Amino acid sequence: MYGASVGEGDIGRGDLDENPGEQGRFDALVASESRIEPRDWMPEAYRKTLIRQIAQHAHSEVIGMQPEGNWITRAPSLRRKAILMAKVQDEAGHGLYLYSAAETLGISRDEMMDLLHQGKHKYSSIFNYPTLTWADMGAIGWLVDGAAIVNQVPLCRCSYGPYARAMIRVCKEESFHQRQGYENLYVLSHGTPLQKAMAQDAVNRWWWPSLMMFGPSDSDSPHSAQSMTWKIKRHSNDDLRQKFVDMCVNQVEVLELTLPDPDLRWNTERGHYDFGAINWEEFHAVIRGDGPCNKERLAHRVAAHENGRWAREAAAAYAAKQAARKETAA
Amino acid sequence: MSNDDAAAPAAALQAAGGPGAVPVNGVPAASGEDAGSDGWPLFEVFVRSRRGLSHNHVGSLHAADAEMALHSARDVYTRRQEGVSIWVVPSTALTASSPDEKDAFFEPAADKIYRHPTFYNVPGGVQM
Repeated sequence: MYGASVGEGDIGRGDLDENPGEQGRFDALVASESRIEPRDWMPEAYRKTLIRQIAQHAHSEVIGMQPEGNWITRAPSLRRKAILMAKVQDEAGHGLYLYSAAETLGISRDEMMDLLHQGKHKYSSIFNYPTLTWADMGAIGWLVDGAAIVNQVPLCRCSYGPYARAMIRVCKEESFHQRQGYENLYVLSHGTPLQKAMAQDAVNRWWWPSLMMFGPSDSDSPHSAQSMTWKIKRHSNDDLRQKFVDMCVNQVEVLELTLPDPDLRWNTERGHYDFGAINWEEFHAVIRGDGPCNKERLAHRVAAHENGRWAREAAAAYAAKQAARKETAA
Repeated sequence: MSNDDAAAPAAALQAAGGPGAVPVNGVPAASGEDAGSDGWPLFEVFVRSRRGLSHNHVGSLHAADAEMALHSARDVYTRRQEGVSIWVVPSTALTASSPDEKDAFFEPAADKIYRHPTFYNVPGGVQM
């Protein structure tokens, strides 16, 4: 799962002349579609942008375990429970790949965790919505992971090597996430009328937040251009969002459900589906911390970290004891 | 986070430049103050995907000791049968070439094109 490009933050341009020779080499590597590796010289703003983006992405994977973890004990069958557990475990793994990619830029995982816990680092706004019914597990897999895939596939070609490599692993694993969600919704939408209504309700609630995952409109996304120049980002937010909408229209027909947008219609001239206006006020409110579950998600994360302290301490004590014993024996 | 001259030489001695290759020196964050994960050392993980192939660097992780690193590496990097064998190596044990000396280190090979078979002319019609 993925964090949208929320809060891309401030990236200074002041360092562009800090090292003209190295800058030239860096620019040439990026221009030639080569990759920047951890110990290469890089502009400070590039490093900062990547730390912020990768950390935010990692946090999204970790916080993203909560909405689905909520349903593990209540999955309707052993099959669904096993699938959900595997998916949630994958999200933890994705978080770890990404934290280790961010660490190559010179920030520690503890520091990133602290920033998340203090509310100074963001994660995708989508995870601040509640999972009210079992059908939400289907809608999240289909729409949220579907949007994540559209966002993430271009990141496999990101100019920063460790991030690109982490994304290749993530994308390989993500396709199961989307398919299990789609299958889940298909079973419900072809079940009893109540089940179908539950599936439709879930799609209605998750559709617009999923479109917001692509981040602000291009006109409102001031740092996109710089990220495109650096080849961190390959497509604009609006282009990716359009691609996602076009894909979903066909997929929802097979589900025999509808998307909650009266303005959705094919535009022959553009060769794309037109869709209604996104409620950006809601988007910004959720990012600000006023979404339905922001406080709950963060409190849960902090509690998990605190409640795990004894286990981390025990592991460290055990390792120290073993090392001491080895030394005595030697 | 700094890439100034003071931090660079120390970092240059470490890490292989793979997905998790971390310049562990010169990192400003506190470590070891509490039992946070970064109080644990960093390990680089290498996985043999199947018999007949060599181990490849796949990433890194923090663990209290090598045994724990091995178990965590299994969970993090081989959830889908990606490996038949895993190595974990403390990141501080790696010595790597430095990108700063790239030219001096690798260029001597560039002018020895006679090391490649394409350097040689072979009369037409000869099967080689």
